[in-house]
Amino acid sequence: MAAVHGDVHGHGHDDHHPTGIMRWITTTNHKDIGSMYLWFSLTMFFTGGFLAMGIRAELFQPGIQILEPELFNAFTTLHGLIMVFGAIMPAFVGFANWQVPMMIGAPDMAFARMNNWSFWLLPVAASLLIASFFVPGGAAAGGWTFYPPLSTQGGLGVDMMIFAIHILGASSIMGAINIITTILNMRAPGMTLMKMPLFVWTWLITAYLLVLVMPVLAGVVTMLLTDRHFGTSFFNAAGGGDPVMFQHIFWFFGHPEVYIMILPAFGIVSEIIPTFARKPLFGYASMVYATASIAILSCVVWAHHMFTAGMPAVGQLFFMYATMLIAVPTAVKVFNWTATMWRGSMTFETPMLFAIGFIFLFVIGGFSGVICAIVPIDVQVQDTYYVIAHFHYVLVSGALFSLFAGAYYWLPKWTGQMYDETLGKVHFWLSMIFFNVTFFVQHFLGLAGMPRRIPDYALQFADFNMISSIGAFGFGLSQLLFVYIVIKCIRSKEPAPEKPWDGATTLEWTHLPTPAPYHSFEKPPVVK
Amino acid sequence: MRSKSVTTLAGVAALALYSSMAVGSKYNFPEPQSVIAQEIYDQHIMLLWVCLVIFVGVFGVMFYSILKHRKSLGHKAANFHHSMTAEVIWTIIPCIILVVMAWPATKTVIAMKDTSSPDMTIKATGYQWMWGYDYLQGEGEGISFFSKLSTPRDQLYNKAPKGENYLLEVDNHVVVPVGKKVRMILTANDVIHAWWVPALGVKQDAIPGFIRDSWFTADKPGIYRGQCAELCGKDHGYMPIVVEVLEEEAYAQWVAEKLAGSADAVNLAAAKTDMVAEVDEAIEAADNAISENN
Repeated sequence: MAAVHGDVHGHGHDDHHPTGIMRWITTTNHKDIGSMYLWFSLTMFFTGGFLAMGIRAELFQPGIQILEPELFNAFTTLHGLIMVFGAIMPAFVGFANWQVPMMIGAPDMAFARMNNWSFWLLPVAASLLIASFFVPGGAAAGGWTFYPPLSTQGGLGVDMMIFAIHILGASSIMGAINIITTILNMRAPGMTLMKMPLFVWTWLITAYLLVLVMPVLAGVVTMLLTDRHFGTSFFNAAGGGDPVMFQHIFWFFGHPEVYIMILPAFGIVSEIIPTFARKPLFGYASMVYATASIAILSCVVWAHHMFTAGMPAVGQLFFMYATMLIAVPTAVKVFNWTATMWRGSMTFETPMLFAIGFIFLFVIGGFSGVICAIVPIDVQVQDTYYVIAHFHYVLVSGALFSLFAGAYYWLPKWTGQMYDETLGKVHFWLSMIFFNVTFFVQHFLGLAGMPRRIPDYALQFADFNMISSIGAFGFGLSQLLFVYIVIKCIRSKEPAPEKPWDGATTLEWTHLPTPAPYHSFEKPPVVK
Repeated sequence: MRSKSVTTLAGVAALALYSSMAVGSKYNFPEPQSVIAQEIYDQHIMLLWVCLVIFVGVFGVMFYSILKHRKSLGHKAANFHHSMTAEVIWTIIPCIILVVMAWPATKTVIAMKDTSSPDMTIKATGYQWMWGYDYLQGEGEGISFFSKLSTPRDQLYNKAPKGENYLLEVDNHVVVPVGKKVRMILTANDVIHAWWVPALGVKQDAIPGFIRDSWFTADKPGIYRGQCAELCGKDHGYMPIVVEVLEEEAYAQWVAEKLAGSADAVNLAAAKTDMVAEVDEAIEAADNAISENN
């Protein structure tokens, strides 16, 4: 970081931060914190990935081979929780930390110390989750949705999960407040809301969703905790409670949560496509409105997760129509991306490949989403592998692919060195192929009648399960390549060009040197 | 460039062929055995075609652009970035498509919810980890039994070769007559389970303390297998559902045998009176719960 002292503004005194481990523990710098978020989520990605490998190994053949049913359930539960709360969400917050201040011309996040605190809560929660495997009774095994009364049955592992969720929720709320405050108050002069880069817009809307729904999640896990230990009966029918109420409250959080994980992905892709098409984003305003409509609609569709729980026909129809409506703004986004590419001058570096892969596979996930929204069909496919395939198409080839795209796109800006383009492309193609081998066949498994969350299955499901497992092992191994590429990029001696992407137009590329200095935009740029 | 377009076309054709092959094989829903299951099956096929057309349309345009509008071919970027007309058109078209999709689905939802005037009523209770069945009303009234996985443990742990219906076989089948409207009343004793028979198009959660209902009319005699579809603990994968549909005479015979079997009980009459009272109560409770629910 020596180069920092030579920065144009010469505020060298800011840089007398501690070195070594204390630098990271005490840092209030958005770039340091962003990096920590990203490394943390990468670690969690491999932890959750390890669990996924366990699941797929058990399902490789019929019969019980390596995981007893109870441990298998713990693996699926923790795989879901760790991937959602440990890998995908923190990764997007990491991107927000790095990019939001640089893209709006702000020197840092609004609440720098709170920023530090919201990061350092994460390892605590992650330790609770992972340690729960080793307590008596084992980790929570009621699924990542932990429906009672099943989740009232579990042992200490469930309590550890509840506390972990409390902590993760607190971290997310603080992160969201920080992002909202930063975006609303710290934009460079001239950057009106409708001039903000789309990534910033999607994060602003996402942050509002987080503030809206994370407290609901905190509430519902607290009710579960008091049901478990303090004699309340919120969800216990024998005490006058209602197990279905849990599902309503959980999914009031859970559905917007899905969009919390995908809206920033839309943002990243909306930055990358115009850059590599060398053409401005088509329909900027409609992209903003589409994002907002998706966010609003996402709050009134939660019961589509509960079509088989039993509700009046009117309820089912309302939630079906509302869910189908989400397809409209989503389709608008896909059309806008296509129109952005249309008559562009495209090149296909790794970020662009991942962005196109994102659109391609996300649309497939969107189709299966519309199919799931149709109540009669959902009655057949709910809680089957069809749903597993659906949400992995939107979360892995959706959220995760956009994260890879964003990482390759901004790595030169962050590190000052270029990643290995050939290896990046290999990483893309391996991910693309193995992802589809893993998850495409799961559609057929679900249609043919294989329920999710079972450690063993009837013989007619054997061949597709084996294909899926082979794909999963390939996908898992391919991700090690990503770690290698990142480390190679950081250690590389060859400086990246000042502006490796000639089509980039956002402030971090146009107004900052590469690598971005430790403190950027101490004097705000003027946006015309 | 021509050869590239040909390759693309061939790829799309192969994909279309592949997905049409999928129809009616193990790549799809099991063969429908009830009106509702048939409607679900048909709507799913219709949606697949709609999705395929949209897919080919959108990605046809996108991949054409990817092939033609590249810098390496010397294509210069245009600079348009807005068109109200385009935005309006591609907002309205998806809306119309959705209405077309929603219309038949709405009719099916209403049909699925209509559990009125059944020929017989069976209560299924989910337990960790088996199903209990009580024939509450109609022919066979009073029959009551448990239904457990009958696959031997040795098969689960790979110590014996796996049978044909591995994990999908039970000791006591739920037996119903063909062509009769069967109303299923669902509840559970401990945690939430779900009663699911894909071929009959029925999936309904069984929730402790609550009563839900659903219905089916089986078209053909046969044995239809399903599984618990809501995670219910360690043996969630081991509580299958087997529905055996019989011709009317065969069903009458099964009922007679079942009832004769329980006639061995000493105070049959007393038991029966109790049971009838219980059954009446249960039906009343179910009706109340359901009418409240609707």
